[in-house]
Amino acid sequence: VNEILKKYPEEVQQILAKYPTAYRKSAVMPLLYLAQRNGNYITRQAIGDVADLTGLSLTDVDSVVGFYTLYHEEQEGRFRLQVCIDMPCALNGADAFLKSLCANVGIKVGETTPDGLFTIEEVTCLAGCHRAPMMQVQSELGIEYHENLTVESTMALMDDLRKQAQEEAK
Amino acid sequence: MSENMLLRHRSVPNINRMDVYQADGGLTAFHKAVTSMQPVDVMNEVKTSGLRGRGGAGFPTGVKWSFIPNTIWPHYVVANADESEPGTFKDRELMESNPFQFLEGLMLAAYAVQANAAYIYLRGEFWQVAKILDQKIAELEHAGFLGDNLFSSTYSLRLYTHLGAGAYICGEESALLESLEGNLGQPRLRPPFPAVVGLYSKPTVINNVETLANVPLIIKNGAGWYRQFGTDKSPGLKIFSLSGRVNKPGNYELPLGTTFRQLIYEHGGGIIDDHPIKAIMSAGASSIIVPADDKALDCPMEYESTQQLLGAPLGSASVIILDDTVNMGWLVGKTTHFFKHESCGKCTPCREGTYWMDHIAHRLASGDGAPEDITLLKSVALQIQGKCLCPLGEFSTMAVVSGIDKFRADFEALVKRDTAV
Repeated sequence: VNEILKKYPEEVQQILAKYPTAYRKSAVMPLLYLAQRNGNYITRQAIGDVADLTGLSLTDVDSVVGFYTLYHEEQEGRFRLQVCIDMPCALNGADAFLKSLCANVGIKVGETTPDGLFTIEEVTCLAGCHRAPMMQVQSELGIEYHENLTVESTMALMDDLRKQAQEEAK
Repeated sequence: MSENMLLRHRSVPNINRMDVYQADGGLTAFHKAVTSMQPVDVMNEVKTSGLRGRGGAGFPTGVKWSFIPNTIWPHYVVANADESEPGTFKDRELMESNPFQFLEGLMLAAYAVQANAAYIYLRGEFWQVAKILDQKIAELEHAGFLGDNLFSSTYSLRLYTHLGAGAYICGEESALLESLEGNLGQPRLRPPFPAVVGLYSKPTVINNVETLANVPLIIKNGAGWYRQFGTDKSPGLKIFSLSGRVNKPGNYELPLGTTFRQLIYEHGGGIIDDHPIKAIMSAGASSIIVPADDKALDCPMEYESTQQLLGAPLGSASVIILDDTVNMGWLVGKTTHFFKHESCGKCTPCREGTYWMDHIAHRLASGDGAPEDITLLKSVALQIQGKCLCPLGEFSTMAVVSGIDKFRADFEALVKRDTAV
């Protein structure tokens, strides 16, 4: 059974309709995002499902997953806090911000909080250089930008996200 | 000139709404083109306007369109919305806040080359932007500006968004096409160029978002009107993304030919805490580091001048300002880290060279470097130059070589010290 097709029949058809019928493989990237909706990472089963839908081999789909940074094969935090530490942001305090954020949260870059909610990551330029420090939050539902950050505002955002997760768990 | 014509949302509130955009004259250019102009007329108007590609290369847009052969069909147009150069954040603001002008430009480009499908390739991080565009495209379809037999003509057009997933290299147009086709985003060998063998091996025009946002203005007001802005060789308006050590970083829409001094001091509010300016990077992390002397500050920002006077490209005009608090050895470590991360791995000199440059730069920045590391770092950079398929390899060496040549003392200071910056 193709789990992705079963779970998201409409979305799959909408995605496939964007590309010429002879080029279904173009749909590999949007389909992988769909696969990632299930816990913010892509399972082996999902790679097979995407291969099946696009006509690509397992190896080809696997290569695509490995090539791009926004696809994840491991289950990490439900919210990935991806802080830009590239040069323009770093000129305006991004490195110090990240260090201080990690100290406040109590984890290192690349680690996940014990409750499984947050992973802090370093990323390259996100086109928000004029609003440093900034980050994006990647979850299974997509990506949101947060800019002109302080450690305080980021901790407050994390509180909100934690509450949101608790509400959903009820 | 104070009125914003690209960043139009700053002058016209709610221009992101279709009714407001139309009330301000929006979509008349597309209607006029489809109902009363031949495709070649649209192409010629853009050619005459002198509009040059705003993505970095500065190639004349109308000329690019005219390379599309009428012997091979179908044709495609792809909007390059993969904005990823460190220091560039203009396309994002355009798409977020003035989306219809960009979309109308894309529609006009598609009409000019008679493409019935156009794709917008957005970097994966622009998830929210893609959502906005999808909604605007649906509105245009609903209002009859997209779909089959537009305005009772024989012309049909549909637009589609496509999200990347985090790869700087996909801003390079042939890598973008590979990615859009479902392959790894790695550049193609050229020729053949995308104008002949592009998306799905068909003739394809690829234009930057800002380039396309200029097109409705040109078709609506005419090439002659457009040429009153900017300079003779670089006509029109340009969005300059200003970042780094300035008081007011942000996007500034100014005529091409504005000087760096005007951008930094008149518009950008000068340097943070009135520090002395030390250097400028004119085209993001890919540009050379130019010492900010009077010659550089008074250089007009247009494609030829920056190249001739400073040996630096204007690129997409992502201007990064560096003051006396910045050690160039540290800065180079940031650029090598970026390029090491973003090398697609296809060409050995880039894949291995960016790794070693970053390794040595990191050693220097962390205080573990030896004096000979400076020369070694430069020699690795020189071994990359001229040996890669796409410009990324070349770009990765620009800050390294110019930084060491112009600011060697900064690197030496890192060696003498035994703690990290």
